[in-house]
Amino acid sequence: MPKRIDVLICGGAACLSSHSDEVRAAIVREIEAHGLGKEVRVVETGCMGPCELGPVMVVYPDGAFYIRVSPQDAREIVEEHFLKGRPVQRLLWETPEARRIIEERKQVPFFAKQKKVVLANCGLIDPENIEEYIAADGYTALGKVLTEMSPQEVVEEIAASGLRGRGGAGFPTGRKWKFVADAPGSVKYVVCNGDEGDPGAFMDRSLLEGDPHAVIEGMTIAAYAVGASRGYIYVRAEYPLAIKRLKIATTAARGMGLLGEDILETGFSFDIELRMGAGAFVCGEETALIASIEGKRGQPRPRPPYPAVQGLFERPTLINNVETFGNIRHIILNGADWFRSIGTEASPGTKVFALSGKVINTGLVEVPMGTTLRELIFGIGGGIPDGKEFKAVQTGGPSGGCIPAEHLDTPIDYESLQALGAIMGSGGVIVMDEDNCMVNLARFFLEFTASESCGQCVPCRVGLPAMLEILERISRGAGRPDDLDRLEQLAETVQRASLCGLGQTAPNPVLSTLRYFREEYEEHIREGRCRAKVCTALVRYWIDPEACRGCDQCRRACPVEAISGTPGKPPYVIDEGMCVRCGTCREVCPFSAIEILDRR
Amino acid sequence: MKLEDLRKIRERAAKELTLRTGKARVKVIVGMGTSGIAAGARDVLAAFLDEIGKRDLSEVIVTQSGERGLASAEPVVEVHEEGKPTVVYGNVTPEAARRIVAEHIVNGNPVAEYVIEVRE
Ligand SMILES: Cc1cc2nc3c(=O)[nH]c(=O)nc-3n(C[C@H](O)[C@H](O)[C@H](O)COP(=O)(O)O)c2cc1C
Repeated sequence: MPKRIDVLICGGAACLSSHSDEVRAAIVREIEAHGLGKEVRVVETGCMGPCELGPVMVVYPDGAFYIRVSPQDAREIVEEHFLKGRPVQRLLWETPEARRIIEERKQVPFFAKQKKVVLANCGLIDPENIEEYIAADGYTALGKVLTEMSPQEVVEEIAASGLRGRGGAGFPTGRKWKFVADAPGSVKYVVCNGDEGDPGAFMDRSLLEGDPHAVIEGMTIAAYAVGASRGYIYVRAEYPLAIKRLKIATTAARGMGLLGEDILETGFSFDIELRMGAGAFVCGEETALIASIEGKRGQPRPRPPYPAVQGLFERPTLINNVETFGNIRHIILNGADWFRSIGTEASPGTKVFALSGKVINTGLVEVPMGTTLRELIFGIGGGIPDGKEFKAVQTGGPSGGCIPAEHLDTPIDYESLQALGAIMGSGGVIVMDEDNCMVNLARFFLEFTASESCGQCVPCRVGLPAMLEILERISRGAGRPDDLDRLEQLAETVQRASLCGLGQTAPNPVLSTLRYFREEYEEHIREGRCRAKVCTALVRYWIDPEACRGCDQCRRACPVEAISGTPGKPPYVIDEGMCVRCGTCREVCPFSAIEILDRR
Repeated sequence: MKLEDLRKIRERAAKELTLRTGKARVKVIVGMGTSGIAAGARDVLAAFLDEIGKRDLSEVIVTQSGERGLASAEPVVEVHEEGKPTVVYGNVTPEAARRIVAEHIVNGNPVAEYVIEVRE
């Protein structure tokens, strides 16, 4: 019997952590209780994107998009919507601006402005059911390649599409495939880089969780093109759901003759092994990743030789990012021209971004390359919450750069971002508002990269901590007049002299904030002032005697007993010598009587 | 498995995705408001699903709607078809539902005695 309703419940990691599995169990229970088991199908999908609204679910064929569903809502949804056809209005997604109820998924601006190519199946199919992937044209591209195209033709098609690596550097994928295909040797490998070390990023995790077969199919096509018969997917161990789904997917594909020996009875064989990484940032660098798969310490080595010539176990190795592989089947099925019709001349196709920070709609989005930062942040992202002012956006994660408001109309592509001192990176996008301090931001990212340095080469091992020391000094208000020059010199040396991309890019946050927000650094040094009131050494907390009502809440909340006063007898006062500037009093004050002032 | 086998699996599995992909040619909407349910809309809906399943019709989806106000004609069923006027049926029984599938959806002839409205 056909179903009349498909309920798609997001099983992405963010929704799972807000207990989407309990919601699913409750929905299934209610469906059974109402005798609708034969008519309604419940599917757990990969990430749908709007992560902060989870658990989310979509009901087809209406396309009603429910957000923040709890197990207690299950009965109402089943009785009202599934039985009587009346979507539960209070759970439908509202846009924060309009507060208007929008029923159709395609009318939600978060989705309307996106272009889903790589993520098309995420949130639509059951990632643990290979048949649903096949229904969505899965493995058709592999079939086409194996029966209609020569390996050279596949390489040429990918080259013609202009696809560039989505792992960060944007290297032309077709060219890389050709290097490996042309490299001498009968044993070659295909490696999928699923390390995703950027702490704010989760694009690759979402694709692996939501559509694992797409990555497997992309790798298998690549293996045919370059002449490899073994492949490895390197995933970080912190991604247990991705690992589980990859295991299910590879087993299912093998069971159907789509992976392993004699694929689709064409004589071509290729198999994939999973390798778990321990989660060091540097292990995402390709030579370190290869060392790690070989069972050695995950440290980069100088290139050349490039992995294409001498990679895993000294053999020619193709290494691409998860999202790069996710694009392959679409290019094969729709052609290079179609792919080039999306995005820009030099950066064709789409890019997936993880949108986070001070933006209304956070989550996973996919847009054509060339979309402007403004469209991404203010269109899809819905702008800055609480009526605050946009200040800057950090692209490319800890090794990326910070872009100010005057460049919001920059199209997102590899070259434009680079020209601004930022990078595409793997696709992390962090939005900052007036409450973010740029010195603190640079310090934060540098702290990360300095601690992730493998310590092999001197510029990175010694240079990054030296830079960090200066930044810490500046945030304490102890900066010296020549500190900014010193910082710049150090940054340029580390950039130039480091062995691998980690050191070469780690100074980016410092250099870009110095470039666009130099006056903020100078304020810290010269005036001991942090305009965003973030650097705790430079601020003091003060109770406005006019506004204080003597409610005693701040005194009770203060962890160091720095506040004194008598209930009902305002004003209360803060002892600045004792105060640790944790901000707790300000959070609990019901009268907004506590202000943060400049220390000096 | 050969390429033909993959094609067969795809055709079969694609039917399962019609609800989500919106690739339906015909949409049957059963009024499931309180009066519709009281008049037997649940059985009508089940009959539609069963008949469509037996005939293995892809491209047909069955869905439900709330009250339309025509209490005296419940159960009310609408058949939407691409490029054709929408046909509204009233006082539909499970038997009528099976006839609507066979005569209207498969053969293109609306079941005249139950039609209460035709909308362009
Ligand atoms: C410090 C560092 C970390 C990296 N982390 C990742 C990562 O997490 N994922 C990734 O795909 N590439 C990462 N890369 C880039 C890889 O070295 C390599 O360029 C990429 O996997 C190639 O795939 P692509 O051509 O498909 O982009 C990193 C590079 C550096 C220097």
